[in-house]
Amino acid sequence: MDAHAHAIDAGHDHGGHHELEIPFNVAPRPDTGVYNAKLGVWLFLASEVMLFGALFSSLILLRTGAAHWPVGKDTLHVLPATINTFVLILSSVTVVLAWANLRLGDLKMGRIFIGVTLLCGLIFMLIKAYEYNLSFSHEHFPKTNNFFAIYFTMTGLHGLHVLGGMIVFAYFLTFGSKMWKTEPARFTNRIEVVGLYWHFVDLVWIFLFPTLYLL
Amino acid sequence: MTEHVEVHHDSHNDPEHIKREVRIYLYVFGSLAVLTGATVAARYLLDLPMHYAIILALIIAAAKGTLVAGFFMHLLSEKKLIYAILALTVVFFAFLIWLPLHDIADKMGK
Repeated sequence: MDAHAHAIDAGHDHGGHHELEIPFNVAPRPDTGVYNAKLGVWLFLASEVMLFGALFSSLILLRTGAAHWPVGKDTLHVLPATINTFVLILSSVTVVLAWANLRLGDLKMGRIFIGVTLLCGLIFMLIKAYEYNLSFSHEHFPKTNNFFAIYFTMTGLHGLHVLGGMIVFAYFLTFGSKMWKTEPARFTNRIEVVGLYWHFVDLVWIFLFPTLYLL
Repeated sequence: MTEHVEVHHDSHNDPEHIKREVRIYLYVFGSLAVLTGATVAARYLLDLPMHYAIILALIIAAAKGTLVAGFFMHLLSEKKLIYAILALTVVFFAFLIWLPLHDIADKMGK
């Protein structure tokens, strides 16, 4: 049975309304081997690789084409960025711990780890704001030179991704967790999917940190 | 309301299996923290020429990236379709990085 036929077949009548049940939210789809949201997030992450890839490509072009390129460790604020690296790594662990606890059927611990992840995201953003403030106080703006233009573009875009992840975690910590009562396996999968996105955001930072701040 | 719910019953969600996974996640976290410290220490303590510093920093970043992708994103045991999507992504990403490098090589050749 193909996915469309399955979707129609899975429809239920509720008080005269035909409610369509979306298939493969929990069980893997036979032809792909994964549930739909997981395939969707990997396709999204593939597009994100290209987005950040284009910026890394621009960074190489700008750096190698410049007569003088500032050394990151002498120009930027390494200590807050190093702390932020640890914070993001910690948040990656707390996401997988949230997912593991939900798989064990423990919503309380799952929510605690989602909350810690959200807190890590908030700490990251606050440190980033402090770091930007330091740069501005030294008269370093995106218009200052190509180094600061690419620095603010890449870290700003990355910061927006952190903010996006925080909004999703805040939703799952509050209204979104209602799904646990009716569809715990689907809720668990949702945390896995947002976790994949969050790990990608961590992965980008792992490469941003040395290339911008240290070299 | 009880907060403990049976989620799945397959071997992937066996409590012992999950507890083993959690131990691995904590080891990976420790390794990532050590490698982050190594990245910063190498830059400040080793007085390497810039091109060597770039190579070393990228090797450490690649090692960290492999740990995150392999264990946290479960790419060590993912389905073939996901690998296929990522293989295609790697090809296009490599092209994006090759473009400026090709330009540099071109300039150096002149």
